[in-house]
Amino acid sequence: MRALAVERIREIAGTAIPIRGDNIDTDRIIPARFLKAVTFEHLEEHLFEDDRQQADARQPASHPLSNPAYFGAEIMLVNANFGCGSSREHAPQAIRRLGIRAVIGQSFSEIFFGNSVALGMPCPTASVETLQSLMEAVEKNPSTTLTIDLASMRVTAEGRAYDLSLPAGVRDAFLNGSWDATGLLLENPEDVLDVANRLPYVTGSW
Amino acid sequence: MASTLLQKVWDAHTVRRLPNGQAQLFIGLHLIHEVTSPQAFDMLRARGWSVAFPSRTIATVDHIVPTLDQRRPFVDLLAEEMLSSLERNCREHQIRLLDLASGHQGIVHVIGPELGLTQPGMTIACGDSHTSTHGAFGAIAFGIGTSQVRDVLASQCLAMDPLKVRRISLKGRLQPGVYAKDVILHIIRRLGVKGGAGFAYEYAGDTFDRMSMDERMTVCNMSIEGGARVGYVNPDETTFSYMRGRPFVPQGEEFERACDWWSSMASDPGAAYDDEVTLDAASIRPTVTWGINPGQSIAIDERIPSAADDEALAFMDFRSGQPLKGTRIDVAFVGSCTNSRLSDLREAARILRGHHVAPHVKALVVPGSQAVRAAAEREGLDRVFTEAGFEWRGAGCSMCLAMNPDRLEGRQICASSSNRNFKGRQGSPTGRTLLMSPAMVAAAAVAGEVVDVREFAAAGAGVGR
Repeated sequence: MRALAVERIREIAGTAIPIRGDNIDTDRIIPARFLKAVTFEHLEEHLFEDDRQQADARQPASHPLSNPAYFGAEIMLVNANFGCGSSREHAPQAIRRLGIRAVIGQSFSEIFFGNSVALGMPCPTASVETLQSLMEAVEKNPSTTLTIDLASMRVTAEGRAYDLSLPAGVRDAFLNGSWDATGLLLENPEDVLDVANRLPYVTGSW
Repeated sequence: MASTLLQKVWDAHTVRRLPNGQAQLFIGLHLIHEVTSPQAFDMLRARGWSVAFPSRTIATVDHIVPTLDQRRPFVDLLAEEMLSSLERNCREHQIRLLDLASGHQGIVHVIGPELGLTQPGMTIACGDSHTSTHGAFGAIAFGIGTSQVRDVLASQCLAMDPLKVRRISLKGRLQPGVYAKDVILHIIRRLGVKGGAGFAYEYAGDTFDRMSMDERMTVCNMSIEGGARVGYVNPDETTFSYMRGRPFVPQGEEFERACDWWSSMASDPGAAYDDEVTLDAASIRPTVTWGINPGQSIAIDERIPSAADDEALAFMDFRSGQPLKGTRIDVAFVGSCTNSRLSDLREAARILRGHHVAPHVKALVVPGSQAVRAAAEREGLDRVFTEAGFEWRGAGCSMCLAMNPDRLEGRQICASSSNRNFKGRQGSPTGRTLLMSPAMVAAAAVAGEVVDVREFAAAGAGVGR
């Protein structure tokens, strides 16, 4: 069995792209027709495809993803309940494959959050005021650099620091490189078998 | 100490507490399908891992199957590649695949229960958010992403954060014309689309006690639309009598002993809950969505609220203060893991008898499984539907998410028994979805516009309950 490479994730610095709106579901992040494939390759090309086309039809390049000023962004800023709906990992995969390394939002759907952890893409939360300030700063000056520090749980922009929040266990996992859970789950096959053998529906002895 | 079902199932399946505070949870039943599993098998191959418990994973094909012409190879070569890939992966890892030729194929959340794979007290995971459906049996069932599908295949375990439990007690009798679908739409409207974040929903109270398993499945199915990854009903006699005799359920004396174990997993009287909500069943009316998430709904005799979200109104082309009653529809869809079981088809057919679909409406009914389709045909429901002008299709996810040929076109409005009214969900980026019960879909199909099934019933057709 091959050992997993450990990647510690502490600091993420880069420019940011704001995607405004509450309850943005994974069907909007990656419409289902692009899930018709047996790999995750090239999903980033269709990130927010329908939202983008509709926004750009009203006003050219008005969707942030179509705006060259945000090209190369490494942090995404979102609002509440981001990634709700379908469990499709294709959504965080598409975001990660675009080059985004962290998403800061008011709140995330649980499944999206967990899928992102598995990809090594932290999704810390921040207050509505923080998101408002960060989005405004980035919209005013897209070359603003944000620096996320998971050790101090802060993000700094234009010399100002804002508080971030992550469950302690998740934060620690990023910091010590154990965010890919599979290795942990494979450490104790005998213990797993013990639990299985105590369950009547597994053993068949009711 | 008195415990909830969630706590008991959690404890019985916990292998250990992981260093990051999560639980390593053994997964009793893993269901897979063609959309979210191929990449997981590739990850296994890339790391040189095998499947730990091949007999605890069951596969079927549902999302991409065409519901009209199911001959292989599929006309859509991408769909064909996905199914071929699933077949190859199942063969390579000795996983049972319930395919189109099996007679047991269908939507993964329909076939699990109908085969008796889904049982009380289990942990169940599937790469699909509507896995919460299986909670109707008193299982702890939740949707996962593809990396987690890989984890379950490799270890039969998941790393999970603990959940809080909110008991939602529903008391009293539902009015005629009000269905389980209206109940869950009402709950989501009241508690919000993210109100369930961090919680498992325990559905309790005499209204749920009286519900059939099909009805409980409809409610648990849409827990995720309220932000709750898990929703469950405690197992009882209704659960056990549904399960008796199903293929994967123990038989004879073993069945009696199994019932004892299942009963022992139910929440104890006096168990403590992190939150409690009580709702009145009699006040629930037929409910329809007007917006772009399942929380944006009104009772059929209400008007769209004055403080309605502008983005949703613009997308739907509705205005505040407008009723939904009288909204012209283009498509009527009865199907999806929410409402494609035999009882759903019966309720829709009851409305349709002696009526015909309005000339401008395209109407289709898609049974949730091959078994549901066969059972409906034995009752002659297929003829009721086709005589009324509905298309009678093969089993699959169909127009719920449009990964197959069934989809909306342009700005069409669909009266739909499915679970999501997200922008673009039904296949057209600008298509519009109105979620409602199967009976309401049938009535809308006949009228050609959204109607109140209770008034429609008064005009001739019978309404259940």
